[in-house]
Amino acid sequence: MSVSFLISQAKSVQKVIDENSAEIEVLDQKIGDGDHIFNIQRGLKLVVELEDSIKNLPLAKALNMIAMKVLSGIGGSSGALFGTFFMTMAKSPDLDKDVDFNKACEMIISGIRAMKERGKADVGEKTMMDVLIPVSEKLNELKNESEFKSGLNEVIKIAEERMLSTRDMLATKGRASFLGERAKGHIDPGARSSQLIIDTICKSVINN
Amino acid sequence: MKKFINNNDDFLKESLTGFGKAHSDIINVNLDPSFVSRKNKTKDGKVSLISGGGSGHEPMHGGFVGHGMLDAACPGFVFSAPTPDQMQAAAEHVDSGAGVLFIVKNYSGDIMNFQMGAEMYSGKNDSIVTNDDVAVEDSTFTTGRRGVAATVLVEKIVGSLAEHAGSLEECKKLGEKVNKNAGTMGVAFTSCTVPAAGKPTFDIGDDEMEFGVGIHGEPGRKREKIQPSKTIVGNILEAILDNLKPEKNQKNLLFVNGMGGTPLTELYLVYEDACQILQSKGFQVTKSLVGNYCTSLEMQGASITLLKCDDEILKHWDSPVHTAAMRWGM
Repeated sequence: MSVSFLISQAKSVQKVIDENSAEIEVLDQKIGDGDHIFNIQRGLKLVVELEDSIKNLPLAKALNMIAMKVLSGIGGSSGALFGTFFMTMAKSPDLDKDVDFNKACEMIISGIRAMKERGKADVGEKTMMDVLIPVSEKLNELKNESEFKSGLNEVIKIAEERMLSTRDMLATKGRASFLGERAKGHIDPGARSSQLIIDTICKSVINN
Repeated sequence: MKKFINNNDDFLKESLTGFGKAHSDIINVNLDPSFVSRKNKTKDGKVSLISGGGSGHEPMHGGFVGHGMLDAACPGFVFSAPTPDQMQAAAEHVDSGAGVLFIVKNYSGDIMNFQMGAEMYSGKNDSIVTNDDVAVEDSTFTTGRRGVAATVLVEKIVGSLAEHAGSLEECKKLGEKVNKNAGTMGVAFTSCTVPAAGKPTFDIGDDEMEFGVGIHGEPGRKREKIQPSKTIVGNILEAILDNLKPEKNQKNLLFVNGMGGTPLTELYLVYEDACQILQSKGFQVTKSLVGNYCTSLEMQGASITLLKCDDEILKHWDSPVHTAAMRWGM
């Protein structure tokens, strides 16, 4: 993981999220209040715009700037959760040394753990954590493997299955929790956007 | 979508700037990070009250900044929680040394962002969370009930106590008491339209209403055919009374709140229906508030809040207040 990797991933994710924005907006209007996609799009735009200010910075500093931008520029649950994710990654030890696959996995795992604590949501509550927690568990299995590319295909599969599984869940956390039974039958918009992010990044790592 | 708007990115900034100019005798508007604060500095030793939340509920919360109510308000984007740096900057700006009480409506995004703001602020602070919406089942395993119109009453009543030298602990205790003694339920006839979305948040037939709607156009308990006002008001009150279980000799405040698109004429009619129904059941209506205080953009609809009052609550309700949206006694 490097600053240029972060920037190029942000650009690819922005493209994929923009392509799927109409679908995510509709999902959120069904069970939320319709702001999720705009928050995610605003956040990605802000991060992509950071390119010139962070491209020559050390990784820890760049991650911290991304965290602060996400935290202050997005708002809503997404801003707090993704801000927490990047802030935690920025605090990882030894970021001045080479960050290999194992180290990158550990950073992502600790970032997702911090999101779980911040949002107080676990698997089965119809939120983005339904995708992120299983992904983080799979990364924990994979992190020491040298042939990790086939493992990343499994991560992609897990993210998609877990995203789809939110369709039949009752929501107990987040805005959809106020709906009771009426939240059933709709995929959680946060789970969908998180799955798209994971899908994009994994595919890019596999193809490189 | 038909709105007074120039472009989406500047929507909130332009509105806040206008708000600041229109009420420059009472408040200041700070941009980047955005917060509304009192024109005059908080006096030494007075606990500072800070609230905030997504925009689109005006006059909540910026309209309640001023003497006898809030010291600062942090507006987020439309229907999106504000960010931690706003709460931190507002707290640093207003705290006169007696501490800060954050008043937060119960939504996951608001809770998380206020928590982070509180962690980033180095001064003494505490928080209360409002969750008065009886349309939603409460449970310790879920996010719980939504914070809606009773937040206005909490801000007014705790604001008075803070003005009367209440400590941070006392302010928190009174705020929790008001929240616990209040119940709210709303009905919508039409959807609201978030400017960035450009189209209505939900579809609803000409002859339908959403019973138990939230203040972001979130669905409520059920979709029903529209009924006469007395029937709607009776059903809302039944849900609130069932939850609050007031005593017959209890003094109550009755608050009819417009969602933004319903004229005052109708809100007063709702107030009349609610008074008649409550009195026919033997309940007292001691205090009143009618108007658009906790809105949902241009949504047509209303909510009713009932607050069980004791002498402490009544005293602080009546005390002087001078804000953009609520003024009496001075």
